[in-house]
Amino acid sequence: MATATKSLKKQGSDLAQSNKQLEILSNGIFQNGELPTFKTKISETSQFPLKAKKLEILQINVGYMCNQVCDHCHVDAGPDRKEIMTRDTMRQCLEVIKNTGAHTLDLTGGAPEMNPDFRWFVEEAAKAGIKDFIVRSNLTIIRANKKYYDLPEFFKKHNIHVVSSMPHWTRGKTDKQRGDGVFDKSIKALQELNAVGYGMPGSDLRLDLVYNPSGAFLPGDQAAMEKDFKKALMEDFGIEFHNLFAITNLPIARFLDFLIASENYEDYMYSLVEAYNPAAVENVMCTNTISISWDGYLFDCDFNQMLELPVNSKSKHISEFNEELLEGRNIVISQHCYGCTAGAGSSCQGVVA
Amino acid sequence: MSKPYYDAADLRKFGKITEWSEELGNKFFDYYGKVFEEGALTAREKSLIALAVAHTEQCPYCIDAYTKDSLQRGVTKEEMMEAIHVGAAIKSGATLVHGVQMMNKVNKLDG
Repeated sequence: MATATKSLKKQGSDLAQSNKQLEILSNGIFQNGELPTFKTKISETSQFPLKAKKLEILQINVGYMCNQVCDHCHVDAGPDRKEIMTRDTMRQCLEVIKNTGAHTLDLTGGAPEMNPDFRWFVEEAAKAGIKDFIVRSNLTIIRANKKYYDLPEFFKKHNIHVVSSMPHWTRGKTDKQRGDGVFDKSIKALQELNAVGYGMPGSDLRLDLVYNPSGAFLPGDQAAMEKDFKKALMEDFGIEFHNLFAITNLPIARFLDFLIASENYEDYMYSLVEAYNPAAVENVMCTNTISISWDGYLFDCDFNQMLELPVNSKSKHISEFNEELLEGRNIVISQHCYGCTAGAGSSCQGVVA
Repeated sequence: MSKPYYDAADLRKFGKITEWSEELGNKFFDYYGKVFEEGALTAREKSLIALAVAHTEQCPYCIDAYTKDSLQRGVTKEEMMEAIHVGAAIKSGATLVHGVQMMNKVNKLDG
C-alpha cells in the first residue's frame, strides 16, 4: 500500500523545500569526495558545461494537483497541491506554441486533466498542429469522476499521444507504489483507451506506458521490460499498448524522502554513479527540452523545476520566451542529474543511449 | 562493538580484486559479464537462478546483489521466494539422497 496520503509540502516536511534537497545532494558522500559530483564526472569526458541544443520538446506543467499521492512522485503532487496554471499563463504558452520550432508538446502535472482549463487549453493548442502532442495521464483520473469518463474520446478527437504510468503488471506492486485500487482503475482505463483505438497495433492513436521502479533500484532493460509488460497485460487483461518507457527515479522530493527514511540514499547514489554512461549525456533530455512551470517560469527539465533551479538565460519566463536566446544556454546541473545518465539513460521518452 | 565479518559496503569494492591480480581478475569479470548476458536464457531467468544459488551458497553479498537485480528486472517477490525454494529443495534433497548411502552401508554392515 502506498504510505503517503499528503504531500511533503502539506506535511510541512523539510524536504518540501528545494534548498534542503539540494543541500543533501551536495553534502555527505559528494562533499567528502567519496563520489564525484556530476560536474566532475561530465568534465572527465569534456562534456561540461552541458549545452542546450535546438529546442525539440516544450513540456508544460499545468499544475501540481493530482488525484493520487504516489510514493515516489518527483513533483510531490497530490490533492492538497493548489498550484495550477491560469488561463492567462496558458494564453502566453499558446503564443509560444504557435511560433515554436519544437516538434513535441508535452503536457504534464500532477494530473493535467484536473486543471479546470485543461480542455480549453488542449483544444487551442491542438490548432497549432504540432507533430506530437503528448498528455501524461495517470490513467486513474479517467475513472476518478464522471466528468472525466469521456477523456478517451476527447484525447482521440484531438489526436493526443497518451503517455501513462504503469509501475508493474501485477496489482501488488502497482498499488504499493501508487495507492490501493490504482491497479484495477488503471486496467479499466487502459481497456477504455483500447476500445476507442488507442494502443492498437497499427493505430495512429499512440498509447505508451511509463515504467519506473517501485523502490531503491534502477530500471531493467527497457526492451525486456516492454516484452514482459506486453505479454502479461495481453494475457491477463487483453490490453494493447505501443511502447514502454523505462524511467529512472531521480533522488528528489518524495523519492529522496523515501531513500533517506529507508537508509537507501547512499547505496542508490552509488548505483547511479556506477551506472554513469557518458553516451547518455549526449542525448539527455534537458539539451532539447524546455520545461514550463504552472506560473510560467522556464527550466531545463521538470526535475529542475521541482528543485527551483531556473534556466541560465535572460529568457526566464514564458512572457519573454526567446528560442534563440535559450539555445546554447548552459544547463543547470546537480547530483540528481546522475538519474538521467545511468545505464541506457533516462528521459520522459525513456532510454536515450 | 566488534566489527562484523561481512560489511554490505564491501560489495561495492568487488571490482578491486583485479588490483592484486589484474589478468585473472579481468578474465573473471569478462566471463562473469558474458554469462549474465541475454542468451538461450533471458537475463531475467539468469537473475532468478543466481538468486537461488546465492542462497544455497549463503553469500550475503550475492543475496543483496541478485535481490536488487531481480527487482530491476521486474521479478515479483513471489517468484523470488519460489526460486529460493527450488534452491532449498535441491539442497535438502542433496542431503537426503545420501540417506540411501547410509541405508546401503547399514544393510552391508548389519544385514
